[in-house]
Amino acid sequence: MNTTGINWFRYSSLQAIYPLAGRLIPWFAGSALVCGLIGLYIGLGLAPTDFQQGQAYRIIFVHVPAAWMSMFLYVVMACWAAIGLGLNARPSFLMAQAIAPTGTLFTFLALLTGSMWGKPTWGTWWVWDARLTSELILLFLYLGTMLLHASIDDRRRADRAAAVFAIVGVVNVPVIYFSVQWWNTLHQGASVSMTAAPKMAAMMVTAMLIMMAAFWLYSVAVVLARVRCAILEREGQSARLRGQ
Amino acid sequence: MMQWNSLSEFLAMGGYGFYVWTSFGVTGLCMAFEVATLRRRYHLICQTVRAGQQPDKEHG
Repeated sequence: MNTTGINWFRYSSLQAIYPLAGRLIPWFAGSALVCGLIGLYIGLGLAPTDFQQGQAYRIIFVHVPAAWMSMFLYVVMACWAAIGLGLNARPSFLMAQAIAPTGTLFTFLALLTGSMWGKPTWGTWWVWDARLTSELILLFLYLGTMLLHASIDDRRRADRAAAVFAIVGVVNVPVIYFSVQWWNTLHQGASVSMTAAPKMAAMMVTAMLIMMAAFWLYSVAVVLARVRCAILEREGQSARLRGQ
Repeated sequence: MMQWNSLSEFLAMGGYGFYVWTSFGVTGLCMAFEVATLRRRYHLICQTVRAGQQPDKEHG
């Protein structure tokens, strides 16, 4: 076996991904837990009260990371789907399919925590505003990708059809992101921006960034775990025998 | 320095307790549920795989 360096071609095969994912999961899961606890401590314990929104603003410490991950995961899913279509690579389709449930979860959480914030702040659970509506469409795109995959019996055709669906749906992501600029929405603009100074206290920004890191690490761990399950299901015992 | 003087003040969240704790609670529960479902799925598959290996061992 090649021990002098990483042979990247190995990682295109499912038998190689299985043990690699198994080694990575504990690290991602552990650091997600640590970041989550630190983020919660700073966000709920140390961060000051918002002078306009009172304590209700603390919802953003779960809302913003969930909303960010819902968009980010969709783009990553579409990328894996595109790689899968381009190279006809099975592991890429597996990755795309493994991301969809976690993306759906975060989209649902973004909508739920958003309405939990909207009720006390705007006085309504839901408005058909551009940001909210496009995020709801994102939920349907995730569900559509999964349902399309589940509804086709032939695995290869299911992979390809779901991949095309996911790639077409990616146009919705910039719509969500820029909706607060393109339309006059009720939803407030970005809280943290790469180009402008943060509109929040440093403690709030710190808590939010740590929570984002926690959600990101959690997503990687969960997606890798789901990929492992999918490999085990598809490849049967061979992956397990060679892997461990 | 903590922002809160007492536990009840912390739980009340300035009158927004329901909204804040529902948000954090549902998020935590959903994540825990996702992890639990995946662990269960993994163990079920492992059992099936192990069961599938038995005939091979008998033959070998």
